[in-house]
Amino acid sequence: MADPEVRTPTGSLWRMEKAQLQTLMEKLTQQGYTIIGPRIQEGAIVYDEVHRISDLPIGWTDEQDGGSYRLKRRGDEAFFGYAVGPHSWKRFLHPPVFSLGRTRRNGQGFEWTPPADPPPRYAFLGVRACELHAIAILDRVFMGGPYVDPVYRARREALFLIAVQCTTAGGTCFCASMGTGPKAPPGADLILTELPDAFVVEIGTERGAALMAEIPCTPATEADRAAVEAHLEETARSMGRQLDTADLPALLYRNLEHPRWEEVAQRCLTCGNCTMVCPTCFCFTVEDLSDLAGTQAERVRRWDSCFTTAFTYTAGRPIRQSAKARYRQWLTHKLASWWDQFGTSGCVGCGRCITWCPVGIDLTEEVRAIRETDGALAGERR
Amino acid sequence: MIAQAIPSYALDLFLPRPFQVTGVRRETPDTVTLRLRSLHGDSLSFQPGQFNMLYLFGVGEVPISISGVHPKTRDLEHTVRAVGYVTRALVRLRKGDVVGLRGPFGRGWPLEEARGRDLLILAGGIGLAPLRPALQYLMAHRRDYEQIVLLYGARTPADLLYPTELERWRGRLDLQVFITVDRGDEAWRGHIGVVTTLLPLAERFLDLRQAIILMCGPEVMMRVAARELENRGVAPEQIFLSLERNMKCAVGFCGHCQFGPAFICRDGPVFPLPQIRPLLEVREL
Ligand SMILES: Cc1cc2nc3c(=O)[nH]c(=O)nc-3n(C[C@H](O)[C@H](O)[C@H](O)COP(=O)(O)OP(=O)(O)OC[C@H]3O[C@@H](n4cnc5c(N)ncnc54)[C@H](O)[C@@H]3O)c2cc1C
Ligand code: SF4
Ligand code: SF4
Ligand code: FES
Repeated sequence: MADPEVRTPTGSLWRMEKAQLQTLMEKLTQQGYTIIGPRIQEGAIVYDEVHRISDLPIGWTDEQDGGSYRLKRRGDEAFFGYAVGPHSWKRFLHPPVFSLGRTRRNGQGFEWTPPADPPPRYAFLGVRACELHAIAILDRVFMGGPYVDPVYRARREALFLIAVQCTTAGGTCFCASMGTGPKAPPGADLILTELPDAFVVEIGTERGAALMAEIPCTPATEADRAAVEAHLEETARSMGRQLDTADLPALLYRNLEHPRWEEVAQRCLTCGNCTMVCPTCFCFTVEDLSDLAGTQAERVRRWDSCFTTAFTYTAGRPIRQSAKARYRQWLTHKLASWWDQFGTSGCVGCGRCITWCPVGIDLTEEVRAIRETDGALAGERR
Repeated sequence: MIAQAIPSYALDLFLPRPFQVTGVRRETPDTVTLRLRSLHGDSLSFQPGQFNMLYLFGVGEVPISISGVHPKTRDLEHTVRAVGYVTRALVRLRKGDVVGLRGPFGRGWPLEEARGRDLLILAGGIGLAPLRPALQYLMAHRRDYEQIVLLYGARTPADLLYPTELERWRGRLDLQVFITVDRGDEAWRGHIGVVTTLLPLAERFLDLRQAIILMCGPEVMMRVAARELENRGVAPEQIFLSLERNMKCAVGFCGHCQFGPAFICRDGPVFPLPQIRPLLEVREL
């Protein structure tokens, strides 16, 4: 193997022919990674196992707006010419359903058998800047506190990350407002930017360097560099949405009784779609199941949503009974209390919750409405 | 500390260990105290005010405060009131049965910080359970504290927890115990009314403005008591209360127990009032 120090040092930029992405995928497979990347399923670009470049959504893009998503052909053969779809990488790091263990009675007590399968080794291909931020946020949630979640950690530590910076902003994107894109933050092993005829590859880590050392590529030119910068600027300029984040936690905290919560609750179906598609919403529930004879039982954890009434069931009733209380919890958690809990925003501006809300509720619009009537109190309006 | 005691790389964090019921004491018609001992010789050290997750095979798991420790066997006690699916099954357990246990979790009462001070303990209903190990600790280290007053309210005389112990505590000269019920019965000669009506009695023994106040009970009771205490010149910094929310993981991951910025399982259940005060006044938070 070539010496990565010499060949492709961290931070260096390379030009890679598009077809070489196939070689890169093969190398990852040889190294034992399961590659997860974008592919078209049921009318959307989702993340699933990919084996070759023809699995990618070549030539497709997505048109997004509040409550609407549509695939459309592009005029070119771009591999990554879309924004983000309904899936996020969360589902691979924090599985939607996970069996924590099975147990059977033995003598006086009982004994647990934890899951036998070794945790998967994933390589994520096509991670957006906002999604790298989302993963960094989940790192804080599951690994940054007094306890560490073994389920998340096992998947996270084995992870190989290939970022692809956006050259198209989606109709509901606002990463530029959140400071989470379109430029990829540090953390990925490789950072790709797609030009019409090639990828520009930035080496993010030693691991990334070792992999790129095996892929035919040439040093990126000044023109390549300039093209990357131009793309990022153009993407930042074409954000579909904007959010003024100035003093946002304080704004929400002092407006917990604002009439807007009641107003949005009139529209919200409390379906929880927004929490399912959000790349950082992490809540789950734990279910204990047993067979009919009561000799075996299982403990399963499953994604949950703060939009269900059962979520806060305490002392004979749900604490957050009204839709207003549940929407308020969600939004203030994302944009305010997340800061207190994890030292970061819980929102990365990916726009998924806007696109996949069946009634098109838009958090940027909700925040704007509150900001414009800061201090209004429920009951004051006629 | 809690963080080091828990293995971080194994699923053990989420899988309860078997504990045997070594004794059951009926406290009231719907409440029992279970005494539990590890089947694997685990010994738990805990702070008064911390809780465990108690699991019934295939049925479910609920947060229950540690309500004491048996002086001789060191078995852990848990006082459970039957209110729903899991707790109804827990109160039916008999000696010899096995439950699962994870814990201890959370932050307990600030007993170290309260050294050398007067203490006022306010309990409502099952809220006496997490305060009982604090009282046991205080009685064992009585000289380290000044005046100690317990105010305890229950619905009816039949709902009073730990009746024998209450009698014993009442007999002590170094502990003032005042009890009230919402509704008396023929035999009841004591106070009737909410627990805050006992505050003037407490003030005969201690200066509220200098005391540390520990409270646990229904949230409305605590809200009213906090206001009442502040009206009497108590600073919010002196008041500590234990909160309750739905809990599924107890380690800050599942999100269920959130109360504004706090995860009650991890940052509580005991909080100094200033940390949560504005939130206490918000409905449906
Ligand atoms: C930190 C803490 C300490 C507690 N200590 C004690 C104690 O010492 N003794 C005692 O009897 N009870 C205690 N509780 C309350 C006890 O956990 C609930 O009564 C119990 O969870 C009810 O479960 P259930 O299945 O019987 O009721 P159901 O009504 O059937 O419960 C359905 C669901 O709601 C949840 N739930 C319902 N009520 C509560 C509640 N009050 N608090 C939290 N989750 C709830 C349950 O976990 C379950 O998921 C404590 C709660 C907390 C948070
Ligand atoms: S709150 Fe909405 S826009 Fe923000 S990260 Fe979650 S899904 Fe994306
Ligand atoms: S905001 Fe939209 S997606 Fe979220 S719960 Fe309400 S209706 Fe569902
Ligand atoms: S109980 Fe899961 S976060 Fe507190």
